[in-house]
Parts: sequence; structure tokens; C-alpha cells
Amino acid sequence: MRSRPVLTILHRLAILAYIVFALFPLFWLLKVSVTPNDLLYSEGVRMWPSRTTFDHYAFVIAHSAFPTFFKNSLIVAGSTAITVTVLASLAGYALSRFQFRAKYWIVALMLVTQMFPLVMLVAPIFKMLSPLGLTNSLTGLVIVYTAFNVPFATFLMQSFFDGIPKDLEEAAMIDGATQFVAFRQIILPLTLPGIAATLGFVFTAAWSELLFALMLISGNDASTFPVGLLTFVSKFSVDFGQMMAAGVLALIPACLFFLLIQRYLVQGLTAGAVKG
Amino acid sequence: MASIDIQSIRKSFGTFPVLHGVDLTIRDGEFIVLVGPSGCGKSTLLRMIAGLEEVTSGEIRIDGKRVNDLPPKDRDIAMVFQSYALYPHMSVADNMSYSLRLRRSTKEKIASAVGGAAAKLGLEPLLERRPRALSGGQRQRVAMGRAIVRQPKAFLFDEPLSNLDARLREQMRAEIKKLHGDLRATSIYVTHDQIEAMTLADRIVAMHGGIVQQLGSPLELYDRPANLFVAGFIGSPGMNFFEGRYLVSGDHADLRLSNGTMLPIRKREGLESGSAATLGIRPEHVVLADNGALEAGVDLIEPTGFGIIMHVTIHGIPMKIFSQDRRMLKPGPAIRVDLPQDRLHLFDSEGKRVD
Repeated sequence: MRSRPVLTILHRLAILAYIVFALFPLFWLLKVSVTPNDLLYSEGVRMWPSRTTFDHYAFVIAHSAFPTFFKNSLIVAGSTAITVTVLASLAGYALSRFQFRAKYWIVALMLVTQMFPLVMLVAPIFKMLSPLGLTNSLTGLVIVYTAFNVPFATFLMQSFFDGIPKDLEEAAMIDGATQFVAFRQIILPLTLPGIAATLGFVFTAAWSELLFALMLISGNDASTFPVGLLTFVSKFSVDFGQMMAAGVLALIPACLFFLLIQRYLVQGLTAGAVKG
Repeated sequence: MASIDIQSIRKSFGTFPVLHGVDLTIRDGEFIVLVGPSGCGKSTLLRMIAGLEEVTSGEIRIDGKRVNDLPPKDRDIAMVFQSYALYPHMSVADNMSYSLRLRRSTKEKIASAVGGAAAKLGLEPLLERRPRALSGGQRQRVAMGRAIVRQPKAFLFDEPLSNLDARLREQMRAEIKKLHGDLRATSIYVTHDQIEAMTLADRIVAMHGGIVQQLGSPLELYDRPANLFVAGFIGSPGMNFFEGRYLVSGDHADLRLSNGTMLPIRKREGLESGSAATLGIRPEHVVLADNGALEAGVDLIEPTGFGIIMHVTIHGIPMKIFSQDRRMLKPGPAIRVDLPQDRLHLFDSEGKRVD
């Protein structure tokens, strides 16, 4: 196909405009995080401050509870991502491959759980976790996040399993494998893109979750970073510089994580789009 | 190698019956082809032998041992899939050795088995490649290699050539036949292509609607089809049929077509005069003769190089004639033909052959 240069340029400009639009808040985050406090309100609206500083970063790392929040978030998001992915892989495989009696109802119930606004569930969940001693604990958060992410992740994994021909397992079973060995040695390696996509999705969801973290956790020891960010809002002022610096730091693990899995992710999200 | 015994096998999916009681005994080393149109139950039968479908009722024995409830891995059979089903994340060598690795064979044994199979199939230069770097024909070969590497009791083939182009299919067909000649392995081969069935089989099982229509050698099915289905399915171009009434007068008989035309045929025992019947003749058995008894209007000529397929109309009934007479490329508007009596097949009102 021969493309006309004008159309190509328009096309590229449209993409550029979209990227700028999408990334601008991130840029602003970065900009404010390096702006010294005395320039924040005195310079008016500028794209870049006349003088930059890393003081906010230094303060956040050295003098705030932010490292604790960060560690808590890593534990919660990491555990949730792994737990959900393991459960969702097994459940998704079962939904994709097995015929069993209550299958229809299980799928329907899983869909129902996705229908309610989370706010409605805060009170009952608090009531349930409180006597179990799971409020104000990271374990409680992991359990709640896992419960909320498993249904969607299961559907996601199921669609990846659906994309893998059944012949492959059958060939493996004829070659001498049990169904579980066929799953582990043949199907699972082929679902790596799907697993990466699920891990990434659940990790970011748990990493940035605010509502339950806010309701179930009180006190800095068990706070995750979205809750922690609120500590920069004090009664009389908001410390924007430190807050933004903390925000930039919080982005790092998510970015690293996606960098690690992006090779699989691109495959994963387009899997099954074309005949292989 | 082993014999396979199938006794009154039935299969239903839910309440929907697919196989209505199949009996089949496959001898040690025999090449059996299950042939029939889509949905006739041939693949289901094969998958039941493999252990990939449950048996609704009846019994399957491999080497005398009942296998109904054995998982596929314990049946010691190998299968070649239509999609090849090569493991995409493994090299050709790993694909071929997977079954041996699962059985914890020694490294030396694996190397010699893979080497032997690769040599037989010409796969040596490809052993390190991944399946996606192979052509269709090469993938097909790897799938065969994976099957022969561990010398199973039987080979099952599920339409293994349908994804190949015509030339390659011809070539692989011959290779499968040659391989069977070398290994003398009990083989069951499913196809909808009657040419594959004719060329490969020791015996053909023609299936339709979940019922075995005829079981016999390829030439038996071609020469003496047991019913209208087999008559129409085996042979290319397909057999021509004339419907009419079977009338006996003295010691000869005729088929009276609906327009009153009488076609003389040999008298049959076991068919009453006046009953409805269908007459069949293969396109290649129609004789072109200047003084032939029937006039045929020519509708269409299809030259195939090897011969000519002529679409004609006789007494308002469309039929095909196959001829190698090149003069027939420009035959004029009508030709005269004879239907030799010893080439005619007669079927009763239920479609069963009458001799």
C-alpha cells in the first residue's frame, strides 16, 4: 500500500497529540516534585521551574514514613498479584476445558460479584474482618484484594486458555502425560503472555487501591502508599512538593514491573487476534 | 503392535446419538481407513479408541485388553492430528522426544530413537528448529516422527493430510504408505477423501450417519458397493444413478424410467418385478459407441488432461461420462452411448445392493 505523506503526517500528529494529552499529568507530577517550595506559588504557571531541587525526594525518603508505605504496598500488591494469578490460572483452565454441572452458575455468580459498587461492600467487609483481627493488617488487605480480583482475572485467563488448541493437551496426553502434567508442561508455558497480563493488571489494581486501604487500615504501620500520600495533606496546608515526589517514587515499581513483562504483555493482549 | 477389537460401540453427546453400534476387528499390522462425510462419526470413533472420548456403551480392546476406562497415556497408542498439534515452545527434537522423556527413557535411547525417526523422515537438518519455522509439509513430518519415535501398539491418524496442498498431500500419502510398509504397524486412518482411503487402506470402513455402511478392501467397495451411499461416495467422478421400476419379462429384465424408457438389465434374484429400484453406473464404465442404444445430449466438457469428464443428459437425467477419447473434446451436440450390463449396479428401494 502506498501512503500519502500528508495523511501520514496527520496520523502521526494525532498520535502525538494523544500521547501528550495522556502523559501531561505525569509530567506535571514530575515538575512539581522538583520545584522548590518557594517557587511553587511565586513563579506563576510555568512548564519548568527556573531552579530545580531534589530536596523533596530526600525528605520523603529520609524523614517521612514513606519507605514503610512503599514496603507495605509492595508486599500487598505482590502477594495479591501472585495469589490471584495462581487461583485464576487454575480456575480459568477449569472453565475453559472441563464440563461440570454447576459451571453455568459459577460463571453467573462470578459475574454478579462484578456488578456491585465496592462502596456498598465496605461496611460488611469491615464487620467480617474486624472480629478475625484482619483489620489494620496487610493480610486482610491481601485477602480482600484477592477476592475482588479473582473473578475478572479468571475470565481473563479463561480467554487465554480458550485460545490454545485443545489438540495440544490431547497430543500430550497421548504422548503419556496426565492432564495436570499436560497443563504444566504444555499449556502453562504457552499462557505466559496471559499470566504476565494478569499479573500486571492485578498488581497495578492492588498497588493503587485506595478505598479499602483507607477503610480497613488506620495508623502508619500498615498503610499502603495511596493512604500514605494523604499524610502529606495536613490540617492547614498540602505539601505538594513532597506529595508529588512520593508519587513519582511510587510509580517506579509499577514501571519496572511493566518493563519486565511488556514483552509478554504485547503478545498477551493481542493473542488470538490472528491465526497463528 | 497389536490387534484392536471394537464391539457394539455406541456414543451419544448428551441425548444426541453419534455412533449407533459399531463392530470392527482390526488385525495386527493392518491399515484400516475410516471414511465418510463430515459428521458421520469417524473421528469420534477414532478419539474413543485413543481415549479422548468416553465410551457410552460397548467395549474396546487393544491387544485383548479392555481399555474403555484407561486414560490415553496408558493405552500405548500414538496419534497424528489434523492440526499436527506440535508443541510450539519446543524444538523439533524435543517435540519428538517428549513421549520418551515422560517415560523417563535413558538419554542414549532417546537420542537413538529420535535419530532413527528423523533419518526415516528426512528431518535431521530441522531438529533444532521450532515448529513455527517449518513449512506445512515439514510440520506434518514432525507429527509423524513424534508418533513413530516410541513404537506404540497402534497409530491413529485423524485427517492428517487435509491441511496440505494437493501436490504435497499426494507425496505424503505415498510416504505414509511406504512407512506402513516398513513398520507394519497397526494403523487406523480417518479421512473424508475417498482417494486417500482407496490408496492407503488394506480395508476400508465406509461410515455414514454413525453406522458402518460397508467394510471391505478398496476394490470390493469399488466393484461391489453394498448400498447407494457407498456407491455414490467411492469413485471420482461419482456414480450415475437412474431411478425407476424393475420389471421382469421372461428371462430378461428392464428398468423402466419415469418417462417410460426401458433400460435392459440382467435379471436379479430376490427383487420382485414391479418394485422401485435404482440403477448405477460409474462414469468410466459408460461406453461411447456410434451405434449406441442411448442418445445423450452434451451439456459441458471438462478436460482433465488425463481424460475428459463429459456432463450429459440422458432421458432428462443428468449424468457424467469419463472418457480418454480426445475426439470427445469437441463431441457435437449429442453422442450415443451404451451402458454395458455387466457394469451396472442395482439397488432396491431401501438402497441395498441386489445381485
